Amino acid sequence: MGVSEGPRKVLLQGNEAIVQGALAAGCRFFAGYPITPASEISEILSVQLPLVGGTFIQMEDEIASMGAIIGASLAGVKSMTATSGPGFSLIQENLGYACITEAPCVIVNVMRGGPSTGLPTNVAQGDVLMARWGTHGDHPIIVLSVSSVSECFSVTIKAFNLSEKFRVPVIILSDEVVAHTRESVVLPNQSEIQVFDRITPSVPPEWYKPYADNNRGVPDMAAMGDGYRHHVTGLVHDERGFPTQQPKEVEQFLNRLHSKITKGFSEIVMTKSFDMEDADVCVIAYGSVARSAMRAIKDARAQGIKAGMVQLVTLFPFPRKVVDSALRQCKAVIIPEMNMGQISREIHRVNQAGTRIIKHNRIDGHLITPNEILKHLINL
Amino acid sequence: MLERAELIRQEYLRHDKKFPHVWCPGCGNGIVMNALLRAIHHLELPKDNVVLASGIGCSGRLPTYVDFNTIHTTHGRALTFATGVKLAKPQLTVITVMGDGDATAIGGNHFIHAARRNLNLTAIIINNNTYGMTGGQYSPTTPYGSKSTTSVYGHVEHAFNIAELAVVAGASFVARGTVYHANHLNTMIQQAITKRGFSVVEVISNCHVQHGRRNKLGNAVQMINSFKENAVLVSKAEKMTAEEMKGKFSIGVLCDVEKPVSTEEYDRVRQAAQTEAIRIAEEKAKNGVKRYEE
Repeated sequence: MGVSEGPRKVLLQGNEAIVQGALAAGCRFFAGYPITPASEISEILSVQLPLVGGTFIQMEDEIASMGAIIGASLAGVKSMTATSGPGFSLIQENLGYACITEAPCVIVNVMRGGPSTGLPTNVAQGDVLMARWGTHGDHPIIVLSVSSVSECFSVTIKAFNLSEKFRVPVIILSDEVVAHTRESVVLPNQSEIQVFDRITPSVPPEWYKPYADNNRGVPDMAAMGDGYRHHVTGLVHDERGFPTQQPKEVEQFLNRLHSKITKGFSEIVMTKSFDMEDADVCVIAYGSVARSAMRAIKDARAQGIKAGMVQLVTLFPFPRKVVDSALRQCKAVIIPEMNMGQISREIHRVNQAGTRIIKHNRIDGHLITPNEILKHLINL
Repeated sequence: MLERAELIRQEYLRHDKKFPHVWCPGCGNGIVMNALLRAIHHLELPKDNVVLASGIGCSGRLPTYVDFNTIHTTHGRALTFATGVKLAKPQLTVITVMGDGDATAIGGNHFIHAARRNLNLTAIIINNNTYGMTGGQYSPTTPYGSKSTTSVYGHVEHAFNIAELAVVAGASFVARGTVYHANHLNTMIQQAITKRGFSVVEVISNCHVQHGRRNKLGNAVQMINSFKENAVLVSKAEKMTAEEMKGKFSIGVLCDVEKPVSTEEYDRVRQAAQTEAIRIAEEKAKNGVKRYEE
């Protein structure tokens, strides 16, 4: 399989669909380190990338993978890495570098059980808050999640587009179940896929200020070697890219980093609602758990319970508006998660209406079943 | 001579920003920067095609001052970023500048793997035997018995020999110079940049403010002069006994070998992938095999 040439119905596993999505979005550089359950992404890209003129490299560790993809991105090539929990810990250092230098890149974390080596072949959702806050310092970041093979394809494309548009690293949180589930998906014709490429400077090199603000809050980005010689640093920098400690320049810069995400909120935040029109109870879920939740609300409906579901595709920035309206609409909300309650923290935080929140947490390395969620819906 | 210095200053320094630099008076980093600029000037490399990446520490600030495509990366990771840049745009000349702690402590893994991998990159490692910027703690090249802010009773660990480490890790070109032998350094940096494959230049430099002061090695001039006293050309060092070499170190080219460069080897991978894809497509067409697809 190369990059899709026409709409095709294919049988893929989640990791394969992420590869297809990345290639369709224009990813031409991948650096990774072997890790279960993400290795298929590396393996398939090592075959696919050279076919389309791209580059695959296996680095010495995930710190290096992250450095390499930022380097490739600074040289103008869309790039990605894929890993799981232990590797995700290692990428955090250079993830911060991508945030502060506004280097577009996509990081896939196929979540497995933790902490530490944990449960390498089992499913979990324990890295949600780490994806948001893992690297040090206040930093803007986008975190997306996938619940199906089809979403692995579409969300990966979206991840690249958001990354290029907002010049921010985008994390895709997959999990072991989605990664290894095989489903048939329809891959659209490449010409039907919307691909966004970073905006390059239109001014002559001598006028170029690599970190100058504009109405989008996202500076135009020149690639290394394109004649726009400039400095890139992990130090807080002024609009010319040089280190600064001037309080005014520091504040302006950091505020812009955050506000570019706020400005793009409506485009970045993605949720899906099911049977919410008349729902008086709902399940808020993400990742593979959303599949169980979908089944649970159908079964609940069959028993006359007015159940709905909100699936969070974007986890951060947190989809506050949608969650808030679900909380206001429903008398109770069930939050099933394969962790001790990471997104439920966020939901508690925005629960202005004081709606009853029921957490359902499973951390034994197995997927939450529809029945577990259904029980809560029945017992309300 | 003065004319050329002025020309290099005009052509390669970023005049509009951030001078004076952060380095202490007498620091060897300026000599390394000068040697690097003269090498690039001599090789007539267009500035747009040069990428200079550094890590963290005193050496990490070097790219800030020079007018190329410059990346001041995270501590020890310069080579990983350089790897990404080089593979994304192989036509660029990618050079990294690192310190001893930067390249061989926190970045040690990246360093040996970059050497093994043999991309067409150049690594310049300024070795001043200490972490200068953070206040003079012991580094992987702090000599046994030396004092530092974290070994006030004398250092109990043993030092890396950076150049020899690069040789055994598989670098194509390895040289060692000092900030005393500035012209020699310039020549070796030119050789390193021109070399196809991973090239390393270790530069013995002085941190009289931290390492020198604590170990009574004298001021900047005295330390730099000591490099003159203790440096022995590689060709001569080979004939000397271990006893004779005590307290001395060799300078010159330690290793210069030809081996496939992975930057170029990857083109072969791309061709192999194309050939395989064509073969599979033909097989499919012949047998009507439909894998994955309905």
